[in-house]
Amino acid sequence: MSATGIGAPVRRKEDFRFITGQGQYTDDVTRPGETRAVFVRSPHAHAKIKSIDVAAAKAMPGVIDVLTGAQLATDKIGNLICGWMIHSKDGTPMKMSAHPALAATKVNCVGDAVAVVIAESVALGKDAAEAVVVDYEVLPAVVDPAKAQASGAPQIHADIADNTIYQWHLGEKKDVDAAFAAAKHVTKLDIINNRLVPNAMEPRAALADYDAGTDNLTLWNTSQNPHVARLVISAFVGMAPEHKLRVIAPDVGGGFGSKIFIYPEEVVCLWASRKVKRPVKWTSDRSEAFLTDAHGRDHVTHAELALDANGKILALRAKTIANLGAYMSTFSSSVPTYLYATLLSGQYNIPSIYCEVDAVYTNTAPVDAYRGAGRPEATFVVERLVEVAAREMQIDPADLRRRNFITAFPHQTPVIMAYDGGDYNASLKKAMDMADVKGFPKRKRDAARNGKLRGLGYSTYIEACGIAPSQAVGSLGAGVGLWESAEVRVNPTGSVEVLTGSHAHGQGHETTFAQLVSERLGIPIENVSIVHGDTDKVQFGMGTYGSRSGAVGMSAIVKALDKIEIKAKKVAAFMMEAAEGDIEFKDGKFTVAGTDKSAAFGDVALNAYIAHKFTGAELEPGLKETSFYDPTNFTFPAGCHICEIEIDTETGKTEIINWTAVDDFGTIINPMIVEGQVHGGIAQGVGQALMEGAYYDAAGQLVTGSMMDYSMPRAHDFPSFHVGMTETKSPSNPLGMKGCGEAGAIASPAAVINAITDAIGTEAIAMPATANAVWTALQKLQAPKAA
Amino acid sequence: MYNFTFHRPTTVRQAAGLLARNPDGKLLAGGHSLLPVMKQRLAQPSAIVDLSLVEGITGVELKGRSVSIGAMTRHADVANSPVLKEVMPGLAAVPGSIGDPQVRNRGTIGGSIANNDPNADYPAACLGLGATIITNKRRIAADDFFQGMFTTALEEGEIIVRISFPVAKKAAYEKFKHPASGFALVGVFVSKRGPDIRVAVTGAGANGVFRVPTFEEALKKRFAAKSIEGLTIPASGMNADIHASPEYRAHLVGVLAKRALNKANA
Ligand SMILES: Cc1cc2nc3c(=O)[nH]c(=O)nc-3n(C[C@H](O)[C@H](O)[C@H](O)COP(=O)(O)OP(=O)(O)OC[C@H]3O[C@@H](n4cnc5c(N)ncnc54)[C@H](O)[C@@H]3O)c2cc1C
Repeated sequence: MSATGIGAPVRRKEDFRFITGQGQYTDDVTRPGETRAVFVRSPHAHAKIKSIDVAAAKAMPGVIDVLTGAQLATDKIGNLICGWMIHSKDGTPMKMSAHPALAATKVNCVGDAVAVVIAESVALGKDAAEAVVVDYEVLPAVVDPAKAQASGAPQIHADIADNTIYQWHLGEKKDVDAAFAAAKHVTKLDIINNRLVPNAMEPRAALADYDAGTDNLTLWNTSQNPHVARLVISAFVGMAPEHKLRVIAPDVGGGFGSKIFIYPEEVVCLWASRKVKRPVKWTSDRSEAFLTDAHGRDHVTHAELALDANGKILALRAKTIANLGAYMSTFSSSVPTYLYATLLSGQYNIPSIYCEVDAVYTNTAPVDAYRGAGRPEATFVVERLVEVAAREMQIDPADLRRRNFITAFPHQTPVIMAYDGGDYNASLKKAMDMADVKGFPKRKRDAARNGKLRGLGYSTYIEACGIAPSQAVGSLGAGVGLWESAEVRVNPTGSVEVLTGSHAHGQGHETTFAQLVSERLGIPIENVSIVHGDTDKVQFGMGTYGSRSGAVGMSAIVKALDKIEIKAKKVAAFMMEAAEGDIEFKDGKFTVAGTDKSAAFGDVALNAYIAHKFTGAELEPGLKETSFYDPTNFTFPAGCHICEIEIDTETGKTEIINWTAVDDFGTIINPMIVEGQVHGGIAQGVGQALMEGAYYDAAGQLVTGSMMDYSMPRAHDFPSFHVGMTETKSPSNPLGMKGCGEAGAIASPAAVINAITDAIGTEAIAMPATANAVWTALQKLQAPKAA
Repeated sequence: MYNFTFHRPTTVRQAAGLLARNPDGKLLAGGHSLLPVMKQRLAQPSAIVDLSLVEGITGVELKGRSVSIGAMTRHADVANSPVLKEVMPGLAAVPGSIGDPQVRNRGTIGGSIANNDPNADYPAACLGLGATIITNKRRIAADDFFQGMFTTALEEGEIIVRISFPVAKKAAYEKFKHPASGFALVGVFVSKRGPDIRVAVTGAGANGVFRVPTFEEALKKRFAAKSIEGLTIPASGMNADIHASPEYRAHLVGVLAKRALNKANA
């Protein structure tokens, strides 16, 4: 391993500019003559718009224009779409209602934009926005997914009966019911997977610039996938032909999924820029972010596990109601279906599984993919069921897991996925050793002497990353292909630019991708730069989510590098007057087999461009190759997290004492970055388990609309994590990588709740398990004694 | 934020004059409570009277058996005051528990008390020590000063100049932090100064900071956690929101009072 190659803990190249405040985020980009967009948003969760009067606002100082949904319709700007088709169990396609970028006749959630002020400054725009008079007829709202389908519930979209988008299922109900009938033990759980607000550090932003001279539109935005944004805004919204629209996602400060989607604000900025013929910028403030960023999770589930007398799992069934909010966001339909039910087998050999999912509209912000997207929800169901079953059957929870682990690969689950490899016993064992599970009973006794309750919880999770291949996702309803592209440009001086369709917004691609090139071409990492996030520069790309940039994005680079090597060998052959087949390439040097002739990589690059040693008929000059890589399967990262907690019985407060994570991510390019991803993921998962929760009141007002009320975890809420690795290579991509970006958030909630329930001795605790919630659960346990 | 005129007086007198001339003007201290509501356009003062250049209203001083703290003294300066840490560390701990370093280096005791946020820490210390709030017009006993959520005895145009805390031999604060904001979900300040025993609670009450007479009475026999063992306060009158139920808040008052007593006796 070289100091900068694969496996080296190279410091992140991008951090210098981030840490010194020199990052260039969308809000940092300014265009001459820039105007600011300020949105007029609905204060009501559900209301008819009787009229909108913009006259007073238009006359205010600094106001360039005030635009409404009616004008959007006149200009034939199309609706936002959800790009993943789901069919209900009766075969009918999902029911998607219109999602205009500005509501014209009805608002369906608080924060729904009804008009936009284009002004010389944000302050003047805000003044004018207050002068826009909207006459609303307020309607009753429904926010709880479990109540959305009830008869008499408020109807959100006139064309969608019972607020029901689809009633989907997966698996064989008959087989599952038979297995349950024959089971010795059945464990049942009611689970609420709490709704979360993503809260990326950089809020969303958009800057649109219309060039009347060329009729071209440029959009800078906070996107995880600028090409997909361009495709949707062009092909579906109909803003401009694809070749007349350039989308640039510069430095992006975190996304966690929430920046995958195409949002109303970017559409409106583009449209407005063309109308006012000036650049239009919008930057969300934190309050707007709480209201309008797509939220995550929000499932209501009943789940059951059937086991035989020996603790062998026979079957699993689950019924989930998924809240998709007021409108269907870009990939919302796929999250509670193909990204959720397909993972319900966990690490276990479960003969039959049946899952039903109803997706519903409610008067809340749209819900879509958020770090883990469906897989945290699945893992929580499986890992809670297994843990509770073990306790009910008085089997050690680690042992019950071992009895059911899949050990032979490939393994076809009853829910589509074909796991290609893994060693679940290895990660469980390593985690148990690292966590000193043997010493736990003593630690529990010691804690009890101090009036504290100790608990230990496992989560042996599996997830599916790098969502692909295109053929497979297409058959499941995806509207796009899920491959990735790379272009490797070798410059005449031997430095290299890699143009990738992956997008970095915190992952460190500028470092890890460069490590790959450095290793492969034997050139210093400083000589490599990674270019991404601009549709005018990068050929095409599907962007970054689902932990796919390593497994899919880097694999595309590998394929392009393969082609570079082939071409470079041809150049080297001409240079050294040898047969192409005799050229060997190693450590940045081309040699002629069996001779002492050699040429450095840089010399070959120069020769490729000066082309003095060959004619154009023999070989094209230049050294630049492109690859579009489509993998053969998902990848399946898996591992074991063990959480040890202590509860202060007087206050109910949970303290995390020890956290052990042993993950199998396949090949690791940069262990330091991987560890960082694991840390961040755990923090997000623990946030969900212990403190985070987005609450709407019955009228549809977001009660947790700021950092004063929405509890995000802080560094001091955690101990130092113990992170370990096991490694089985993924057979489905050339590097053997699996993906690490979401694992922490997928594994951790179940580990926390399993630990808390272990400590307090009741399963009746929901997320977030706040101090108040734990104390209340403890009170209920004591109540009979007191009476 | 709406437009306003900005004034920087150098004396309390000038500040009072400016307020008199600008009836909907507002004093600005650390700005950590005022500026957020202005940014959200929930407050619209026509004039801002910034106290940061006003002389003589900062600093912590020991005056006989009292500690006098200037209204514009930042939380960090109170928390780190050597004289206060010496004579009454229990009070120094209160600003030490506020927010984060940025907040502690901007926020002031005068602003906190004038604002009387129901979850703020200082009101518990003022009431729990029987402090005197000294304004440009008069002296107000803490028992009379705090009049419910965001409401105080301050009259229009009245400016807090300093707060005088009697030095108590035993004093301690125990805070259960609100997981989101870091304010007190519940905070309890206890003190004993001769026969004067006080237990003051912030965060819990639907009507802001309050004293707990039943606890104070029980502590007269012995100022120790044991004395209030088994005593509870009713859940009625406690705040109810998504963060904590009234029952839980009432329960925490008892737990934190005992912990504060142990701290005070340590
Ligand atoms: C992120 C964050 C976390 C925080 N955490 C905590 C916490 O844990 N505990 C806690 O107690 N507080 C907390 N605070 C509040 C902080 O302590 C505030 O600074 C304080 O409450 C107000 O003081 P200030 O100096 O900022 O006042 P300002 O915001 O400037 O003023 C507040 C109000 O008081 C008035 N005022 C100011 N000075 C005077 C005066 N001398 N006489 C009369 N009226 C005056 C102003 O006109 C205004 O109405 C937090 C604040 C933030 C932003």
